[in-house]
Amino acid sequence: MSTGVITRTARGFTSVLAQALISEHSAHQRGVLQALDPRVKVVGLLSLVLATALSRHIAVVAVLLALAVALALVSRLSLWSMAKRVWLVAFLFTFTIAVPALFLTPGEPLLQLPGVPAITAQGTRSAAMLLLRVESAVTLSTLLVLTTPWMHLLKALRALMVPVEAIMMLAMTHRYAVLLTETANAMFESRQSRMVGRLEGREQRRLMINSGGVLLSKTLEMGNQVFLAMQARGFRGEIRLLDEFHMRGRDYFALGALLAAAALAVAAGR
Amino acid sequence: MRTESQGVAEFEAEDLRYEYEGIPALEGLSLRVEPGERIALLGANGSGKSTLLRLMDALHWASAGSLRFRGHALGEQAMEDESFALDFRRRVGLVFQNPDIQLFNPTVFDEVAFGPLQLGWPREQILDRVHATLAWIGAEHLKERAPYRLSGGEKKRVAIASVVVLDPDVLLLDEPTAALDPRSQSQMIELLESWNDGRKTTITATHQLEILGEISDRAVVLDHGRVVADASPAEILSNAALLASANLVHVHRHLHGGVTHKHSSPFLRHEHKG
Repeated sequence: MSTGVITRTARGFTSVLAQALISEHSAHQRGVLQALDPRVKVVGLLSLVLATALSRHIAVVAVLLALAVALALVSRLSLWSMAKRVWLVAFLFTFTIAVPALFLTPGEPLLQLPGVPAITAQGTRSAAMLLLRVESAVTLSTLLVLTTPWMHLLKALRALMVPVEAIMMLAMTHRYAVLLTETANAMFESRQSRMVGRLEGREQRRLMINSGGVLLSKTLEMGNQVFLAMQARGFRGEIRLLDEFHMRGRDYFALGALLAAAALAVAAGR
Repeated sequence: MRTESQGVAEFEAEDLRYEYEGIPALEGLSLRVEPGERIALLGANGSGKSTLLRLMDALHWASAGSLRFRGHALGEQAMEDESFALDFRRRVGLVFQNPDIQLFNPTVFDEVAFGPLQLGWPREQILDRVHATLAWIGAEHLKERAPYRLSGGEKKRVAIASVVVLDPDVLLLDEPTAALDPRSQSQMIELLESWNDGRKTTITATHQLEILGEISDRAVVLDHGRVVADASPAEILSNAALLASANLVHVHRHLHGGVTHKHSSPFLRHEHKG
């Protein structure tokens, strides 16, 4: 395809936008996590992420990952979608970083490939630990985002004393990301509609870099305009929702269970 | 037509100046707006209409000169006073030209509820007002839809609803009928007429001369950031030299059947026989 990179990029942006919408959809489904107070999810799931980072035993981290998968299932999230959107991306990214550890960590040789140092058992364990930690932490964080409407999440963070400036940055970043994808899609389609023939790789790269610059300045300007539109309707940094948060019995139970699981994981993982 | 009043003006601008990145957008503009007036701000692109509306909505501050709302100077200091700022936002609403900028919530319902929520209205009052406003624009069936997926006309209507839900005393509209098909344009004008009902102040920036008589009782022409004319819509429309100098009309050539001719008032309805 003559405009392969451009076409794939434009489709990628569209896909990101569609996924953002799916997140809002999944946050309104009837599931276990969706039914909880957002503050409970923020505290509970982030404490599990912390436990994942602190744990030194691979089995404990694996159990935390299994717990995250179980929570995804009872929250009616699609595991196939999680695999494509979260696990595969996290795996590829982390594996790239973990590869040198396979060869460079000193220890008992496990596999000798021609022309490179031997893969060691210790190196394999280190790489596996890193992979499991990342997968587990990313899955737990994704559960929070997928089961909580974005504005509820911001309000929960604000209730937990996150500064208003940080909340405003998050609110604007979210809107900015959506604007970026919309504008990028329109720009790439417009460009493609005026192109004939095949572009060389160098020319494609030049096109992409130029478009990236224009896109950033365009969306920055639009982001500023959106902020003005929010101010014009009374926005002063505080997130206000129609539904106020109320802690019920199940919220206290869930908070206790999640915190207990995190504490247990930290203790067992020492 | 300009009406003289002894009372406090809704807005009063004196020698107002505003620069955008070193480029002057308003250059010594003076204007008095009385309560209940329906004003059209006319001018070509870049004449300063949108800038003036944004200054009136206290989103930007004047570089020089003064702008007052009901006697209170509008500026950064005034808007830092929370009670003044909330009262001002409740009383003055701005509908942006580009609805995509104004619609930033996940659903139409959230969009319309956004303003009342920011002003801290009680939950029941918000629910009542949002439902009533959605019914008024005929968009109750759209309430769960994502705003960016609506058609152009629907987006404009939701953008207006998101401001009108606060029942402001002053409505500032930036090109409310731009880029709408004729039916949506007509619906929009009817909507604005049904809201105003002669009691509210509306200031509409436009360069569409054909809607002037329907949306305003007074027309103010801007050119290069200054007021160059202030009169009734009929007087403005009859002044071809003024409209041409402000780039609002141009000599226009077109074809009717077999007759080709030209004139400088494309907004005037006319027909040819034969």
